[in-house]
Amino acid sequence: MTETPRQVVVTGLGATTPVGGDVASTWEGLLAGRSGVRRLTEDWVEQLPVHIGAPLAVEPPLGRVEARTLDRVQQLALVAAREAWADAGTPDVDPERLAAVIGSGIGGVLTLLGQYDVLRERGPRRVSPHVVPMLMPNGPAATVGLAFTARAGVHAPVSACASGAEAISHALDMLRAGRADIAIAGGSEAAIHALPLAGFAQMQALSRRNDAPATASRPFDKGRDGFVLGEGAGVLVLETAEHARARGARVYATLAGSGISADAYHVAAPEPGGAGAARAVRAALRSAGLVPTDVVHINAHATSTPAGDVAEARALRAALGAALDTVTVTSTKSMTGHLLGAAGAVEAVFCVLALRERTVPATRNLDALDDEIDLDVVSIDNRAIPTGAVLSNSFGFGGHDVCLAFTP
Amino acid sequence: MSQSDILAGLAAILEEVAGVDPADATADKTFIDDLDVDSLSMVEVVVAAEEKFGVKIPDEDVKSLKTVGDAVSYIQRAGVAA
Repeated sequence: MTETPRQVVVTGLGATTPVGGDVASTWEGLLAGRSGVRRLTEDWVEQLPVHIGAPLAVEPPLGRVEARTLDRVQQLALVAAREAWADAGTPDVDPERLAAVIGSGIGGVLTLLGQYDVLRERGPRRVSPHVVPMLMPNGPAATVGLAFTARAGVHAPVSACASGAEAISHALDMLRAGRADIAIAGGSEAAIHALPLAGFAQMQALSRRNDAPATASRPFDKGRDGFVLGEGAGVLVLETAEHARARGARVYATLAGSGISADAYHVAAPEPGGAGAARAVRAALRSAGLVPTDVVHINAHATSTPAGDVAEARALRAALGAALDTVTVTSTKSMTGHLLGAAGAVEAVFCVLALRERTVPATRNLDALDDEIDLDVVSIDNRAIPTGAVLSNSFGFGGHDVCLAFTP
Repeated sequence: MSQSDILAGLAAILEEVAGVDPADATADKTFIDDLDVDSLSMVEVVVAAEEKFGVKIPDEDVKSLKTVGDAVSYIQRAGVAA
């Protein structure tokens, strides 16, 4: 039996999310339908029109000095990467064959804004000498690369809410091309602050269900009114099948392919017909050697915005045709909120677990499916799925479309 | 201020900024090689020391402060001069 050269497999998972501090507790929370959305308690909240968000369930368990020199977005990436690395069995790998690819949509914005206050209030001598490495968008990738001595390349795709998925796609390319044997890949975001919240609110992108946080994120529902801003990180250890086999690693799934496209339509609004997203889905299938009827489950991008969810449904119909009728679709953002640049990475973790456990967590808060959403969205009860291919969509401001394809 | 008071104050700063065990912060230790205080954290140590001891430590003088003892002597002299 011959095998495609450089097949890429998933051998480790890590995550810290608004639902749980690690993969196991997050997954258990999703299956139990637990929402990570809550009323924010910061003192600046009252001046904003949006009072809700999805902060981490568990504060990052790092030492004081680490916390002082790493922005929160770097801390979360490190927490998820450590879990994924341990989960992969702390692989013995030549540092020159190890890559780190960690995306972030916004980077160290908490440091940027906090240190600007320091500059204005106390002067330049009080600005932290760590401020530049903490605010740079490649900070999370650099942190993970240093922590695990990744010398094959450290990369930080920046494509807004598609960043985490694009990082995984980039890592797949590296491994397929033979530029590394293992890649630590994912996304991180920590941007719950008055300025990003105010900005997203000005775009009319956020839910204003301030009085009912747990029901605010309602993808595909008729009553959806925007996304809920969350924070977190997700990391996968990706490895060539050959390397994984040689070290006897436990294999969760195969990262069979990925597709990337761009709308070039509007900086923030989705192309209404979903043509760009459909091209990413088709490209992912092609990259994976799959056909539409192979697909059993899709973890949708579906952030709970009125325009975005409809455009994605149209994209999926355009890409999969009649085969879409038997595909179980969910949006875990109904519980996690929208983790921006980490979303695609934590949802890749959820896809791998859905594939492995043949179970899809139900989309919560789906009381009445929007008439324009022609999808089989699993709601109320989790659903068993047959074995097959699983897709994860991620789209970002800037018109970025990414689709990842996993198989057993 | 006595050398031992300055040493104790500096040890507290090193613990806060770089996680150095105060028992390790003795006069003979070098910041970089012995205490693993990198060049960025060293800037934080200097700024905190300026604030704590009410002295000025110009950037061009920081390079000459190799050991904890160097810093203690510098701060003592600068304090007297001030």
